[in-house]
Amino acid sequence: MTVNGQPAALREAVSLGEFLRDHGYDTQRVAVERNGSIVPRKDYETQTLSDADRLEIVCFVGGG
Amino acid sequence: MNYDASWERAITARNIPGIQNKLTSGRIAVAGLGGLGSNVAVMLARIGVGNLLLVDFDRVELSNLNRQYYDTTHLGQLKTDALKSQLDKINPFVRTETRAVKITPDNAADVFRGWPIVCEAFDRAEYKAILVNALLEQGGTRIVAVSGLAGYDSSNAIQTRRVFDNLYVCGDFKPPPREGIGLMAPRVSVCAGHQANMAVRLLLGIGEA
Repeated sequence: MTVNGQPAALREAVSLGEFLRDHGYDTQRVAVERNGSIVPRKDYETQTLSDADRLEIVCFVGGG
Repeated sequence: MNYDASWERAITARNIPGIQNKLTSGRIAVAGLGGLGSNVAVMLARIGVGNLLLVDFDRVELSNLNRQYYDTTHLGQLKTDALKSQLDKINPFVRTETRAVKITPDNAADVFRGWPIVCEAFDRAEYKAILVNALLEQGGTRIVAVSGLAGYDSSNAIQTRRVFDNLYVCGDFKPPPREGIGLMAPRVSVCAGHQANMAVRLLLGIGEA
């Protein structure tokens, strides 16, 4: 799997939501593209990742 | 006061030649009218971006004045009303629409329908993500968002990046532990400048790597 352009190991089939939490992301503060398409937030827990996936994860920091 | 067309030409006389028609017919929405959004809207009005949508549900308070484009006469006013009055004084030829609503996953697509470029300028990370996800899921909008501008680190750490096809992010991209560090006019303005310039570039049909 590729995450933000870097190779990443996917040890088991997990949902996108699980993957994000396992890697320290707050799912309420991110936007994610999977293989070039935005992943709807309601699908985070139902989309299962595969080793062929390319993820782009944007994590927002507060302040404005 | 009545302003004639010679005023409109004179206000933008120092802009880059040859692009004014695109700016004048342009439509840019600003979501959140705090330190980023108020300054972004002022910059866009100054160069004569002809149609602006200003969205915020909040009112001006004293703690805003260290970085936001308001003054003590605006205290207690809706930011939409206060900023519209500022823009009308700076460039009366800009058509400014206002929506004093809180953006939710359910209303975001509706509020910004018809606005092809949206500057995300909210303060809280959760609301940034709500807006960006709702607009990207809906499609048809290009978003210039911001992530990370606190403190007084180097101005040079602030960048504009194209992170998705339709999502540009300006900021220092510093990780969440920095949250809670203060927000101050100089660095907020640097980031607002990045954001406004990227929105202008999109209006002119120029992308970013």
